[in-house]
Amino acid sequence: MIRASAKESAFAGRELGIVVALVAVVGAATVARPSFLSGQGLHDLFLNASIIGLLAIGQALLVITRNIDLSVGSVMGLTAYLSGQLFLADKDLPVIVVVLAGIGLGAVCGAINGALVAIAKVPALVVTLGTLYVYRGVDYAWASATDTTQINAYQMPQGFLDLGSGSLLGIPNLTIIVLVVLGITAYALHNFRAGRELYAIGSNPDAARLAGIPTGRRVFSAFVISGALVGLGGVLHAAYFGTINASVGTGRELAVVAAVVVGGVAIFGGSGTVVGAVLGALLLTTITSALPILGVPAFWQRAVDGAALLVAISLDRAVMVRLAERLRAERAVRRAG
Amino acid sequence: MTASTPPLLELRDVHKSFDAVHALRGVSLELHAGEVHGLAGENGAGKSTIVRVIGGEHRPDAGAVLVDGAPVAFAGPRDAQRHGIAVIHQEPTQFPDLTVAENVFMGRQPLRSLRRIDRAAMHRRTAELFESLGVPIDPGRVTRGLSIADQQIIEIGKALSAEARIIVMDEPTAALSTVEAERLFRVAARLAEGGAALLFISHRLEEMYKICQRVTVLRDGSLVTSSPMADIDRDTLVRSMVGRSVEQLYPSRTTDAGDEALVVEGLTRAGVFADVSFSVRRGEIVGLAGLVGSGRSEVARAIFGVDSLDQGHVLVNGTRLSLGDPRAAIRAGVAMVPEDRREQGLILDLSIERNATLPRLGAVSRWGIVRRSRERAMATTWADRLGVRRRRLADPVATLSGGNQQKVVLGKWLATEPGVLIVDEPTRGIDVGAKVEVHALLSELAAAGMAVLMISSELSEVLGMADRVLVMHEGRLTAELSRKDATEEKVLRAATGGAG
Repeated sequence: MIRASAKESAFAGRELGIVVALVAVVGAATVARPSFLSGQGLHDLFLNASIIGLLAIGQALLVITRNIDLSVGSVMGLTAYLSGQLFLADKDLPVIVVVLAGIGLGAVCGAINGALVAIAKVPALVVTLGTLYVYRGVDYAWASATDTTQINAYQMPQGFLDLGSGSLLGIPNLTIIVLVVLGITAYALHNFRAGRELYAIGSNPDAARLAGIPTGRRVFSAFVISGALVGLGGVLHAAYFGTINASVGTGRELAVVAAVVVGGVAIFGGSGTVVGAVLGALLLTTITSALPILGVPAFWQRAVDGAALLVAISLDRAVMVRLAERLRAERAVRRAG
Repeated sequence: MTASTPPLLELRDVHKSFDAVHALRGVSLELHAGEVHGLAGENGAGKSTIVRVIGGEHRPDAGAVLVDGAPVAFAGPRDAQRHGIAVIHQEPTQFPDLTVAENVFMGRQPLRSLRRIDRAAMHRRTAELFESLGVPIDPGRVTRGLSIADQQIIEIGKALSAEARIIVMDEPTAALSTVEAERLFRVAARLAEGGAALLFISHRLEEMYKICQRVTVLRDGSLVTSSPMADIDRDTLVRSMVGRSVEQLYPSRTTDAGDEALVVEGLTRAGVFADVSFSVRRGEIVGLAGLVGSGRSEVARAIFGVDSLDQGHVLVNGTRLSLGDPRAAIRAGVAMVPEDRREQGLILDLSIERNATLPRLGAVSRWGIVRRSRERAMATTWADRLGVRRRRLADPVATLSGGNQQKVVLGKWLATEPGVLIVDEPTRGIDVGAKVEVHALLSELAAAGMAVLMISSELSEVLGMADRVLVMHEGRLTAELSRKDATEEKVLRAATGGAG
């Protein structure tokens, strides 16, 4: 008797669409080079998508509430640099301490964004555009103050590097971490009041306030959680690449936002899922890896990312217009009847 | 009234000001269990402020709010809800992306273990709720695309699920057809029978007589009268609302209609309006009536060229207007005063004079440079002619009252010396005094030979001002009535699409 809502089935449709696009891209690349779909190929695919996927989860939380965080690239750079600096100071530091420090710093950066948005009521776009430069500036200032332009793998403990490049049962550690975070976030968004309230805030902020939802607190929390995930992403970046300088993560914010939107999270808030966002990240990174194989020069990658974004938004718009027309027609019929 | 049981809700001598505007001046009100209490008053009389005070959105500056005889001070909407108060707003406040069930229970979802939402219970309870209201709405569908009537039922469902005992309905019928309104009245009556206290706000007086047991009338933020519905006749009610008899609200006018200044033929915009044809003569005021969402404003916007058209054309003084081009419309002598002056009609932070001369910058400039002296002269002329009460012309428009803002918008377009004037809700949200002035002004303009198309949701305004009344329903013209044929009943029937 309880049937899936129109919206829920629409989501399934969107996620299905991404999966179809993924299959198409992977199929084309595999025809061009069969090793693309080998165990190693898939391993690389997931590995590449992991960090951007992690960032996309946090970004999706914000976009659902009709906010955005453009500072994610800078926060990621800052926390990656923090991990390197911690090991420079003491190479025997337990890995978990560094991971927690990165998450903590990310959460603090998110809290600053969140406070400016939720308490000072400055639009998120403006706030995070500002902190994008501020956090990056802090990163550079730190690098120049300590006179350390680059931190290399040999300066970090093996245990830390293993976290980034190791795998469990053939699945990269990073991918496992992302899947765990994804599982928890998706479940919480669907099953807890606070999760549903994020959707309510994005869907109609005034109504959310009238419904007694503490909108400021919820938005602030979303920024803190997103910041913490970005912080984790920065640490994992350091562990995976083993080479850190002050420009890590530059420009990543656009890729993250693109992934979220391609993944079906409405840019005006209120709808979309974190699963979609991560699938969006996977699709975009897969396209990036497939382009050289398909003979497209690497410098077209960004253009293709942008095109994917435009296609996704146009599709959403078209579906919305069609839906509105259908509903209007239905209503006219009902009134006449 | 028996003194034994205190009213469910009481306002005692409540005052509330916003900046310079004294919105409520010592209003007292009692809502009793099982009673539907009507709240009447013109726009700007303070009804919405009362709603917000009861709903916990505004805190009174002075006076007391009592629930069950005990004074309360609401910290916010959630706090008011906890005291059993539910407000059904004029514009339903839905979450369009979420399901009906989620809308009903947002913030109060039934929980299972680990404080997780119990979706099955939520859907079941929503279904039961709508069954008890006798309205079938699928709890699992998203609310986007539901009719306003259905959205209001969802709001009522929200109130019931929160076990509200005090239910405020702020103009719930403004956008409803007759059938939908009847359904709402049945639901309201059922709620009152169940022991709830209802506060019902409406512009349609006959509705008040139908469902209210008591009525309180506000004017300019003060309480004028409060009496049992049966003891107050219609004329007295209207008089206490407007503070003068209705005749004085509208200028008496003799029309000397000339040639057709504006002719529209077969205007169609898919899904919005279809096959709309009419004309407005020089010196004539034509009223365009219809419910919110019937397509009135959209037709006006299309005539002015703001929105594009799928079919049809517009003639101004016999010349065909190139469509979708507001500049062409302005050149042809058409002016439009939009519905929402704050959003579309004014640039609030700019000065009065800047706003007033905006569409006529060419006339106050030389070689593309605006000359302040001419700008000021033109603004002064119009501000004086319209009686705009202001401190200085250089003050931002935002500092003016609603009525005076509206006059600036009018002046802004009149400065273009149009032959055709389209006004959309010219007196929405302005006080009675300013209203009379705006009406007199429109009448004067028509007398001077302007063709005026006036869109209004206020029936009395349409009936009082228009020489002819056009009525729209669901995007089509359903009636054209001459001044002497136009009655409230006829217009309403056409507006709700009813032959019956």
